[in-house]
Amino acid sequence: MLNKIYDWVDERLDITPIWRDIADHEVPEHVNPAHHFSAFVYCFGGLTFFITVIQVLSGMFLTMYYVPDVENAWKSVYYLQNEVAFGEIVRGMHHWGASLVIVMMFLHTLRVFFTGSYKKPRELNWIVGVGIFGVMLGLGFTGYLLPWDMKALFATKVGIEIAASVPFIGEMIKVLLAGDAEILGAATLTRFFAIHVFFLPAVLFALLAAHFIMIRRQGISGPL
Amino acid sequence: MSNNRVTRRQFLNYTLTGVGGFMAAGMVLPMVRFAIDPVLQTKAEGDFILTSQKVADITEEPVSVNFTFEQVDAWYKSDVTEAAWVYKSGDQIVALSPVCKHLGCTVNWAGDSEHPEQFFCPCHLGRYEKNGQNVAGTPPLGPLDQYEVAEKDGFLMIGKKIPNTFS
Ligand code: HEM
Ligand code: FES
Repeated sequence: MLNKIYDWVDERLDITPIWRDIADHEVPEHVNPAHHFSAFVYCFGGLTFFITVIQVLSGMFLTMYYVPDVENAWKSVYYLQNEVAFGEIVRGMHHWGASLVIVMMFLHTLRVFFTGSYKKPRELNWIVGVGIFGVMLGLGFTGYLLPWDMKALFATKVGIEIAASVPFIGEMIKVLLAGDAEILGAATLTRFFAIHVFFLPAVLFALLAAHFIMIRRQGISGPL
Repeated sequence: MSNNRVTRRQFLNYTLTGVGGFMAAGMVLPMVRFAIDPVLQTKAEGDFILTSQKVADITEEPVSVNFTFEQVDAWYKSDVTEAAWVYKSGDQIVALSPVCKHLGCTVNWAGDSEHPEQFFCPCHLGRYEKNGQNVAGTPPLGPLDQYEVAEKDGFLMIGKKIPNTFS
């Protein structure tokens, strides 16, 4: 049945070369854990992506119940966690995934560093990787405020004060982040929400696309 | 290898697709159940709500009686005021929902001067008899819902909304 549908489409649109070009390539021996177990370090990039997919999916579902408003944010998180079926699981995926994705990304970076894979011709991909690293930290920082509990509030206060300590433009960055010169409140929550679910994910997708296109073009770096 | 033996490639394909599918389902199913939860929620309602309408003052002429209750809307609690059209039919008190059974506008008693003895919905000119029965040939497809009623210390109480039993 599925084969027939596939053949029907393929006959008309010749889609086989498209996915062959993406998926059909050999995994070199030195990155295959079946050959050398220590090659599992090459899995960290893929694992980071896997958890990113979970973050995107669980985040999309959380926004079905979450509201970025000072009166209701905490209540909506409490409601979705305790009153909605599987709420604890879906929030848990996003909550723990947020930490795990940083861990995986860090391990991936260590692998690239210690295998020297950042060297010519892959310098550009290291630079893009640093961009992804920054975006991920940004997602973690902006997402942390969203539950709007005491921990979220004071963590963000501290974070914004750190930003404010930048020489010369620190005060400007602070107001830009908080949306107000004095208050960490309603305006802060809405912009953190917007940055968390729209702006940073958009940048993240662009960077990930660049990352993967470059890997496909250059192939994985050779054995040590 | 004979023709109908499972090849190594097939075996790996099937097991990996199966295990992969199982893992993907374990990931996606909680999120889907989470999303469709509102469809599967059951709400209990039906406490009688006291109004400020004296039962003795109710006549044969329908009047709009307000009743207020605390509505729990997910994480948002608020007082909501709704209304019913209330009149006496013999000794029986009738309370009809003002929500039009066409597309949910609000109906008025004698809202159309050409039909002073009917409920009228201005949205698409729907009409109902006094007992809530929809007038054939106008858009509504069923009679107005009715409320259960009770009395406490001489005042009217409004209860659960039920399908019309008068028409
Ligand atoms: C498009 C992608 C994403 C969307 C739509 C999204 C959406 C959300 C929403 C609605 C919340 C508030 C609910 C809650 O706090 O449980 C939240 C919280 C959070 N998000 Fe995201 N998110 C996304 C990606 C990410 C990523 C990639 C990270 C990590 C690098 C991240 C880190 C966090 C953190 C740390 C929290 C606070 C979690 C908690 O304490 O419960 N998010 N996110
Ligand atoms: S909604 Fe009442 S007639 Fe259409």
